[in-house]
Amino acid sequence: MSAVSASGRPVLKVRDLEVRFSVKREGLFAKPSQLYAVDGVSFEIAPGRTLGLVGESGSGKSTTALAAARLIPARRGHVEIDGVDVLSLEGEALRQQRRNVQFIFQDPYSSLNPRLRARDVVREPLDRLGIDSPAERASRVAELFRDVGLRPEQERLFPHQFSGGQRQRLGVARAIASRPKLVICDEPVSALDVAVQAQILNLLRRLQREHGLTYLFISHDLGVVQHMCNEVAVMYTGRIVEQASRVRLFTRPLHPYTRALLSSVPSADPTLDSRAGRILITGDPPSPIDPPQGCRFASRCPIAIERCRSETPPLVAHEPDHRVACHRAGEPIGADATRTH
Amino acid sequence: MSEPHSGPLLSLRDLTVEFATRDGTVPVLDRLSIDLDAGATLGLVGESGCGKSMTALAIMGLVPSPPGRFAGGSILFADEDLTRASDAHLRDIRGNSISMIFQEPMTSLNPVYTIGEQIAEVLRRHQDLGRRAAWERAVELLDSVSIPLPGRRAHDYPHQLSGGMRQRVMIAIALACRPRILIADEPTTALDVTVQAQIFDLLQALREETGTAIILITHDMGVVAEMTERVVVMYAGRMVEEGPVRDILSEPHHPYTRGLIASVPHLHAEVSDEPEDLLEIPGIVPSLAEFGQERCLFAPRCPRVSDRCRSEQPLLRGSGGWHKAACWHPEAGPA
Ligand SMILES: Nc1ncnc2c1ncn2[C@@H]1O[C@H](COP(=O)(O)OP(=O)(O)OP(=O)(O)O)[C@@H](O)[C@H]1O
Ligand SMILES: Nc1ncnc2c1ncn2[C@@H]1O[C@H](COP(=O)(O)OP(=O)(O)O)[C@@H](O)[C@H]1O
Ligand code: SF4
Ligand code: SF4
Ligand SMILES: [Mg+2]
Ligand SMILES: [Mg+2]
Repeated sequence: MSAVSASGRPVLKVRDLEVRFSVKREGLFAKPSQLYAVDGVSFEIAPGRTLGLVGESGSGKSTTALAAARLIPARRGHVEIDGVDVLSLEGEALRQQRRNVQFIFQDPYSSLNPRLRARDVVREPLDRLGIDSPAERASRVAELFRDVGLRPEQERLFPHQFSGGQRQRLGVARAIASRPKLVICDEPVSALDVAVQAQILNLLRRLQREHGLTYLFISHDLGVVQHMCNEVAVMYTGRIVEQASRVRLFTRPLHPYTRALLSSVPSADPTLDSRAGRILITGDPPSPIDPPQGCRFASRCPIAIERCRSETPPLVAHEPDHRVACHRAGEPIGADATRTH
Repeated sequence: MSEPHSGPLLSLRDLTVEFATRDGTVPVLDRLSIDLDAGATLGLVGESGCGKSMTALAIMGLVPSPPGRFAGGSILFADEDLTRASDAHLRDIRGNSISMIFQEPMTSLNPVYTIGEQIAEVLRRHQDLGRRAAWERAVELLDSVSIPLPGRRAHDYPHQLSGGMRQRVMIAIALACRPRILIADEPTTALDVTVQAQIFDLLQALREETGTAIILITHDMGVVAEMTERVVVMYAGRMVEEGPVRDILSEPHHPYTRGLIASVPHLHAEVSDEPEDLLEIPGIVPSLAEFGQERCLFAPRCPRVSDRCRSEQPLLRGSGGWHKAACWHPEAGPA
């Protein structure tokens, strides 16, 4: 995979990751069912790069990230962060590993402790992980405030005294405080107004350039993903169905779901009639509880064939930087499946 | 459809809605004038807090009071001023002539009744249908919004449906009485794009079929471009630009509109290896306390600001009558 750059090993390497949840079924004595949240996911991210994870709500994006960071248990699989096998770590080694992966969440309102002053919000991971001396931590906080575009006098304020965008800046400062190898951004701008989104997206890109950060970037907004990511993986009901470089994924998508997804995005280009030639898919994704055999997109796929319902299509490389899981990858999607009126 | 009167179906004229706040009375809607023709589509865009939802609530006669009240102007619907209508009459209009769908369908559906019962209830109340006829019509409506197996699904409770299906049920309820106007306030913000595309297709098809005019509130310029013919850009309770969608997207006059378009990473067909940084609109929307001041309220964030902007309020001025902007130094040329 292209994720291994000249500078060496990937920052994050995930192999065959599986996460299941037990969910209660209706009926008093029914035994619990299995919810296949993440079902055999593999990918890598090279240093200084951004991998985007896209897919519908419930497709398993956040669960993948949480399991890779070992915040929830994986049922199976292998995760390496900068070469360290993290799923087998215990005790102090595990605690030390925590500094290497940090999160930026969607909702800056609920993800920051409202009782801490801004400087303590940012400093807390350093205290908790015992990073640097107390004096060094104070100057690190001042440096971080500058880095994310907050003013020194704001260090004393509480989170509720900040606007939504400023609070997300605090979240960013906190996430990069421990100099993590990997920053996981889970819908980092979805709760923000459009103008403020641009401010945060530009900030994330600037910090990446200046500090060589590596991002796993989760978003349902394809425009944002196209703007932010070097590589993109598309998830559908717990699995990656397509993964490619930005240019390939957006210009030559091969999986019918990716193609439907891209053609569903409303275009702001007034000269372009994006409704013509749209691949319209109907219905909803299948339930992740005891999901169907074979390709999980088969129930909505306009070009599904018999084989799709029995045989799971493996994720295979069509080009060196382009993996697709589809028995009919790239085949034309008939006129009956596209919009006609 | 033949009109009993000439002119627009709905016309806001200098509509002002005031809120009582700790710092005094402020206009959340400040002399707003908007026309909507029968069967037309209109987009309402702007950052949150600019008064889009309040505009919708005002049209529906649902301005929360207190703190809100009509403080001037009128809302003419079929030549009647809704700001003076009685509560009973407004309820009647809400059921039959103007309906609204909200962003989060779960909060507007009643969790203890099946969706069939909820649609049938609307029909019984407003259309005088019997129990049986109302239920049958409810199932038909579910079918018309592409709910699979509508006869069976009618017995489901809201929590048994996906977000997309719940929103389709809301549309079915909103269209139950064939309203003249449908107001949709961010109807797809909580949905995935493939489902959003289904909902928009559905709305377009229903509009073609019933001639219902649509007011669509959104922050997404792509949605505006696909769904509406005309767009109104709001900022701090005022209309700052209005015109045909094509003109506004290709040649926005107001710096705020220009910023709204350029600050969003739109999906492009041409993909570059290293995208440019996004254009930022610095700062944030002013707080309610600043609404109504006699100056350009966008001045603190505007790249073209001059002294005049800070002391004098720009009024809407047209180019060719259709495309208007409230700015002392409007932009010219493509976005
Ligand atoms: N703690 C949990 N217990 C049971 N099921 C869970 C739990 N967490 C997640 N799930 C389920 O796992 C699946 C994947 O969820 P996940 O949160 O990863 O989706 P996502 O892709 O991040 O979606 P979104 O875009 O809505 O954030 C979903 O079906 C979800 O309901
Ligand atoms: N019930 C209320 N009490 C006080 N202020 C309100 C209330 N509802 C809305 N507002 C204020 O009115 C302004 C316009 O709100 P709204 O119409 O909801 O904006 P939009 O829909 O454009 O996001 C905002 O400043 C908002 O905070
Ligand atoms: S494997 Fe079959 S059902 Fe799945 S996406 Fe490909 S063609 Fe469609
Ligand atoms: S009036 Fe002045 S401050 Fe307001 S938008 Fe126009 S140029 Fe900017
Ligand atoms: Mg998630
Ligand atoms: Mg609103």
